[in-house]
Amino acid sequence: MKVLVTVKRVIDYNVKVRVKPDQSDVDLANVKMAMNPFCEIAVEAAVRLKEAGLASEIVAVSVGPAACQEQLRTALALGADRGIQIDSGEAPDPLGVAKLLAAVVAAEKPDLVILGKQSIDGDNNQTGQMLAALLDWPQATFASALALEAGRLRVTREIDGGLQSLELNLPAIVTTDLRLNEPRYASLPNIMKAKKKPLEVKSPVELGVTLKAHTRLLKVEAPAERQGGIKVGSVSELVEKLKSEAKVI
Amino acid sequence: MSDYVHPYRDTEFVLNELVELEGFCSGAGLNEVNGELVSAILAEAGRLGSEVLAPLNAIGDTRGARLSERGVEETPGFAAAYRQFQESGWPSLTAAEAWGGQNLPNVVGTAVNEIWHSANLAFALCPMLTQGALEAIAHHASAELQAAYLPKLVSGEWTGTMNLTEPDAGSDLAAIKTRAVPNGDHYLISGQKIFITWGDHQMTDNVIHLVLARLPDAPAGVKGISLFIVPKFLLDAQGNPGARNDAQCVSLEHKLGIHASPTCVMSFGEKEGAVGYLVGEPHKGLACMFTMMNHARQSVGLQGLSISERAYQQARQYARERLQGTRKDGSRFPIIEFPDVRRMLLQMKASIEAMRALALVAAAEVDRVTHAPDPAAAARHQGRVDLLTPIVKGWLTELAQEVTSLGVQIHGGMGFIEETGAARHYRDARILTIYEGTTGIQALDLVGRKTLLNRGELLAGLFDEIGETVARLESAAPFAVQARALGEALAAGREARRLLLEGAEGDAALAGSVSVNFLMLCGYLCGGWLMAGSALRAQALLEAGGDRAFLEAKLVSARFYSEQLLPRTQSLLAAIRAGSGSIMALSDEQF
Repeated sequence: MKVLVTVKRVIDYNVKVRVKPDQSDVDLANVKMAMNPFCEIAVEAAVRLKEAGLASEIVAVSVGPAACQEQLRTALALGADRGIQIDSGEAPDPLGVAKLLAAVVAAEKPDLVILGKQSIDGDNNQTGQMLAALLDWPQATFASALALEAGRLRVTREIDGGLQSLELNLPAIVTTDLRLNEPRYASLPNIMKAKKKPLEVKSPVELGVTLKAHTRLLKVEAPAERQGGIKVGSVSELVEKLKSEAKVI
Repeated sequence: MSDYVHPYRDTEFVLNELVELEGFCSGAGLNEVNGELVSAILAEAGRLGSEVLAPLNAIGDTRGARLSERGVEETPGFAAAYRQFQESGWPSLTAAEAWGGQNLPNVVGTAVNEIWHSANLAFALCPMLTQGALEAIAHHASAELQAAYLPKLVSGEWTGTMNLTEPDAGSDLAAIKTRAVPNGDHYLISGQKIFITWGDHQMTDNVIHLVLARLPDAPAGVKGISLFIVPKFLLDAQGNPGARNDAQCVSLEHKLGIHASPTCVMSFGEKEGAVGYLVGEPHKGLACMFTMMNHARQSVGLQGLSISERAYQQARQYARERLQGTRKDGSRFPIIEFPDVRRMLLQMKASIEAMRALALVAAAEVDRVTHAPDPAAAARHQGRVDLLTPIVKGWLTELAQEVTSLGVQIHGGMGFIEETGAARHYRDARILTIYEGTTGIQALDLVGRKTLLNRGELLAGLFDEIGETVARLESAAPFAVQARALGEALAAGREARRLLLEGAEGDAALAGSVSVNFLMLCGYLCGGWLMAGSALRAQALLEAGGDRAFLEAKLVSARFYSEQLLPRTQSLLAAIRAGSGSIMALSDEQF
């Protein structure tokens, strides 16, 4: 079984995000970048399938400029077999990414595509769903457990108010939630070996995809600073303030 | 956010701009090693350090290693962290491929080791000692012993220790009493060793002790000491740990810091005698130890950098958050806005950057010996390693005392409270000027073996190189003031060298009297040299459109260093000039 796993280069979660002075975007100049944490979970899920003898090949795909080869190398160090960078320039919006991925899927013919449920920069939570729609494949989003039995995929999903269990036919799309697994650290020997694994670069043109901006970024603002709280003297004062000031009850 | 994050950008700056790692590696035929690979390695080591090792630092301090019936029990959580560290292959980084190593340059290993020591100094001592043991075996043991022990030490499946010190033999190893008696194909070792770092634990299924002992026919003094491998568990026919050897930890020391690092009193041969195997030639044990001495001493110098970095990150965070100022409009501001807090932070930062530059440049000299194109080049670089090693060990660890103390100071009263954690770094740092040769021993090495013995040739070569940097600063417009500061410090270094060379013959106490001041002078001067080099590179990168925030801060660090740290060379020179007079004037009773 071939597994395709997607990897996005995003701002490192340890970095304090700053807005550019002209508010045109988040300031990424000279900022530490890393693999999106949900993508790490996706890679880990794929590697575990391979270690269990259920997957035979893992292809890691990233959409973005040449710099995202760094994250593909990380995926290769974690256990992916080869990488594909789709050289799209700056990251397209989710629909553009989904179309590019659909074209890669058409060429690679994987049995399973695992994506992070969202990326910590855009937080759109759309690419996996759009890819499923474009391919007309079954999808299981926000997976917190994943099992492959007799060619069928059993996925536990985290939904509001509980867990939902799904059974899917392959090929299928899975997007990962935080609790699906705890990603491993890449080992030093595997970091060394990752350099020698194949990494292919493809352009949107080669994939027959014309990218179109469906959304326009107008302005980015830092969230308002949190105001200090106040201490109330009694429950009745609290209720009064919730009614008159917070206007929530 | 983790409370320790590896400052990868500064490390990469030093590796790229001062060490010029890529050029060196391609010249040395290490074509696989490039900036991209090193970044990937540092990033992953940084993650493991921040996420796995750093969080165990506090518990290691409060719940240090304990002795139980089955031996030393390490801090809870350490065994799992060690397993993760070991399974990720980090112990194998610089080891030879033949033994399962990754054969990466020493300077890359040093950059990575900075992370382990910052994240958890007490933990990182274990792999550090293992590396020392495996180097002694790799350089001196028989092929048979190498095959039996090296693969497991390289993989980290077993750890290693260094057993030198005895109750009456500390800095003076000539006084070693532990005995080794031939017994068939092995020796029986008996005696007591003290201060044995990570001498026992339950994290791995064997511990390999390297022990200095005397053979029955040994001449007196240091020329009668031999080196032995004494495993905790003897190897069976398949090479796996089998019968328990007669080597035990009999007690643990109660220490000021690094509580999670068990400091063992080791007893060898209490019953039938501990089985040991001779490493290298009889009576040549000290020479075997010396090959790894440079490495171990540089490693401890590196610990000075690492603990300083950790203290700095904590102090910086506190200074940004601690509101202790009120503006006219009534709003509050953090203490980082006070000039004196900024001075302390900048002093920490500038010191750390100079330490990192010197640690990595010195580590790279070891690689330049290993990969030298000809014997002359190898000898030249070995001379530089020999010279820089006591400076790295002595100066970095002494500076770490000041930096970690400033870390406490910035916290104010909270710094004195253990829960804050700043005091822990201060306590942990205190051992660094002592073990692996005290500052006094480093200084004697510098003035004696490394200077007087070669009539100051090694120093003259270094000073000439520093002179070239002064000239480059002079020709770069923005650095006129720094050029003068470095020039004056260099003149102080040359004068100190002259005073030492000329004065040592007529005054037996001179070298010892001036030695630590001499070492510190050389340290500040080397730091100034590399900070000046950093400034020149930062300026060039800035003009080429590099990362402004980082490069401008680097220029400020370099300027601060030349304004506030480099002038210390002048007072050190004054103290050196005073010579031995007052130091030797009192009778012992008058103290």
